[in-house]
Amino acid sequence: MSHLLEVRDLEVKFALRSGDITAIDGVSFNLDPGERLGIVGESGAGKSVTGFAIINLISKPGYISRGSIYFEGNEISAYSLARMRKIRGNRISMIFQDPMMTLNPVYTIGFQMIETLQAHRNISKTQARAIALDKLKKVYIPSPEKRLSQYPHELSGGMRQRIIIAISLLADPAIIIADEPTTALDVTIQAEIMDLLQELCERDRMGLILITHDLGVVSQVTEKIAVMYAGKIIEYGPTETVVHHPVHPYTIGLIGSIPGSIEPGKDLKQIPGMMPTLTNIPPGCAFNPRCELAADICTKKTPVFEEKQNGIMAACHMK
Amino acid sequence: MTTHQTPLLTVENVVKHFDISGGFLDQLAFKGGIHLEKTTVKAVNNVSLFVNKGETLSVVGESGCGKSTLARVILGLYRPNSGKIFYDGQRIDHLSHEQWLPYRRKMQMIFQDPYASLNPRKTVRQTLEEPLRFHNPKMTAQEAVDKVAYVMEQVGVDPAWIGRYPHEFSGGQRQRISIARGLILDPNFIVADEPVSALDVSIQAQILNLLMDLREKHDLTYLFITHDLSVVRHISSRVAVLYLGTVCELASAKDLFESPRHPYTRALLSAIPRIGEKKAKHIKLKGEVPTPVNLPSGCVFHGRCVYARDRCRKEFPRFNELSNSTFVSCHGVEEGWDLG
Ligand SMILES: Nc1ncnc2c1ncn2[C@@H]1O[C@H](COP(=O)(O)OP(=O)(O)OP(=O)(O)O)[C@@H](O)[C@H]1O
Ligand SMILES: Nc1ncnc2c1ncn2[C@@H]1O[C@H](COP(=O)(O)OP(=O)(O)OP(=O)(O)O)[C@@H](O)[C@H]1O
Ligand code: SF4
Ligand code: SF4
Ligand SMILES: [Mg+2]
Ligand SMILES: [Mg+2]
Repeated sequence: MSHLLEVRDLEVKFALRSGDITAIDGVSFNLDPGERLGIVGESGAGKSVTGFAIINLISKPGYISRGSIYFEGNEISAYSLARMRKIRGNRISMIFQDPMMTLNPVYTIGFQMIETLQAHRNISKTQARAIALDKLKKVYIPSPEKRLSQYPHELSGGMRQRIIIAISLLADPAIIIADEPTTALDVTIQAEIMDLLQELCERDRMGLILITHDLGVVSQVTEKIAVMYAGKIIEYGPTETVVHHPVHPYTIGLIGSIPGSIEPGKDLKQIPGMMPTLTNIPPGCAFNPRCELAADICTKKTPVFEEKQNGIMAACHMK
Repeated sequence: MTTHQTPLLTVENVVKHFDISGGFLDQLAFKGGIHLEKTTVKAVNNVSLFVNKGETLSVVGESGCGKSTLARVILGLYRPNSGKIFYDGQRIDHLSHEQWLPYRRKMQMIFQDPYASLNPRKTVRQTLEEPLRFHNPKMTAQEAVDKVAYVMEQVGVDPAWIGRYPHEFSGGQRQRISIARGLILDPNFIVADEPVSALDVSIQAQILNLLMDLREKHDLTYLFITHDLSVVRHISSRVAVLYLGTVCELASAKDLFESPRHPYTRALLSAIPRIGEKKAKHIKLKGEVPTPVNLPSGCVFHGRCVYARDRCRKEFPRFNELSNSTFVSCHGVEEGWDLG
């Protein structure tokens, strides 16, 4: 059976003067209609690059060096840029980490929404305006008519993020990739935005890829989690299982690091050291210098990403 | 406010407003005639709290609620418009620069951004030695280096790296160095303004463990500023919840998290994403967050509070002590309204 989205053995490299660096290395996962997948990991793990690669937004010096991406059964990673442009922002939308990648500060919200719609569809301005209003209502923006004539800077952070979600919904996409959609927002507003994204997936059977470093958010909104470390998915499985019975030592450490996972005042579980930079990835398992279970083999052989227990896939020699 | 021991720090009715009107021309406004218009940011409004020796008081609240401003007022970096601040029983808010010096070494600050807070052109040694020699003019060079090395060890940075520059360290290591700078003068009281917010969670855990460890070893008292409620629960003995520059609730961490009283505290706590717990329905707030330029009348929270009544729009609620040394500023709590 084919999935809505299938990412197979994806590798992205950046050609730097000092040589090629591998930003993501053999990433595989899939997504079905209405399903919510979380991609978590620390800064530099390769989360955003994964999101960009799906919609072929990797720009020079980066390139997809291996693997393939299937969307509705078609291999979109082989599409020309022109053909890909028809899918991007249309069938697959992305909410960027930086809101200013979506919103242009010099145009009104209405202008930007109508222009986006008319770029993809052959419709009149009046029709486009009606759709824009409808989407603003879908994300529960108060007084939507008024918003159409406002500029981005006139809106609060939470309101701006809703507008961005409304824009990503304009073409009724099958998938939304949301890269840290609430990281800059306060918790009360974050909770509202997450509710909204979840509701949209449930109601419209939209697939969601939620990229974030916040395991708390991911554990509440998604059904599946992929944990990334140094460019690889090291653990992948149902959210409940990964959160309560993680397999990979890195995931175990990451969950133990979160205040709130243990009794107040007690020492948090800490992972010694830090994630290696891409130019310094140790041989064998990239996590080995920080891992308390590391054995000889871990410094020599890269662990295979394979089925472990309870439907979890992980890459670790010892588990 | 009544307390049972003498607090190390007491803040009484502190107000800090910023005048951001700009120049004369910016202030000219035409509203049925020309007149001058003043714009003030009401960052901190009548804040009272106290910190006992050896405890960690956390100040939490959303972006722009006045946490950093309060910290700076306490450390004498800003002068309050009104109100009083006492350190160890001595009033310190109106001291001259010279009179402040002895407090400078007892009260230290750790900043949010480990990238911006360290001078990129100074080695670790220079960063740590300068305040040390300034406050201890008689110290010999050897004593100074020994002290620097000792403190570096305390925060888990290899003293062999004493000659390195900030860019040669990772974010977590840089934060350790700014903690070292905070410790070098053997302070009693440390104000830490979002010391882990810029760090990844595995590094954040290292720093939080370090801070808790140092508190015990050096008998420190912390005022800890953060917007991250899970961090607050983990490290604090007491918590002050700030909204638009006003303390809504001040309580022990246990009481606050187990039975929050103020409607804002409740909404805030219900919104924390907790790992592994199924999403509970969070309390929805109405309206938009107002700005501290147009401070609402009465209770500053009334525009977003679903329990707001007439009195809330007119009258600033008193900061009342409830039976269990919890302080709450809410008409509803005071009068026993049904708050859900
Ligand atoms: N244009 C580029 N040129 C060179 N390296 C790049 C480029 N873009 C990304 N990288 C590298 O690829 C790696 C993965 O980056 P990515 O942005 O995906 O991380 P991330 O997991 O999204 O991190 P964050 O949580 O900080 O957003 C990083 O090491 C980054 O430095
Ligand atoms: N020097 C200043 N001049 C003018 N306004 C200021 C100044 N410092 C702070 N403010 C304003 O005072 C209010 C409170 O700011 P403050 O930095 O104390 O908030 P905060 O709670 O620390 O927020 P954050 O969580 O974003 O750090 C804000 O509206 C801010 O813009
Ligand atoms: S492969 Fe070895 S080093 Fe890597 S996570 Fe497993 S035990 Fe640790
Ligand atoms: S005083 Fe009134 S508006 Fe303010 S929190 Fe209490 S009930 Fe709500
Ligand atoms: Mg990213
Ligand atoms: Mg601040």
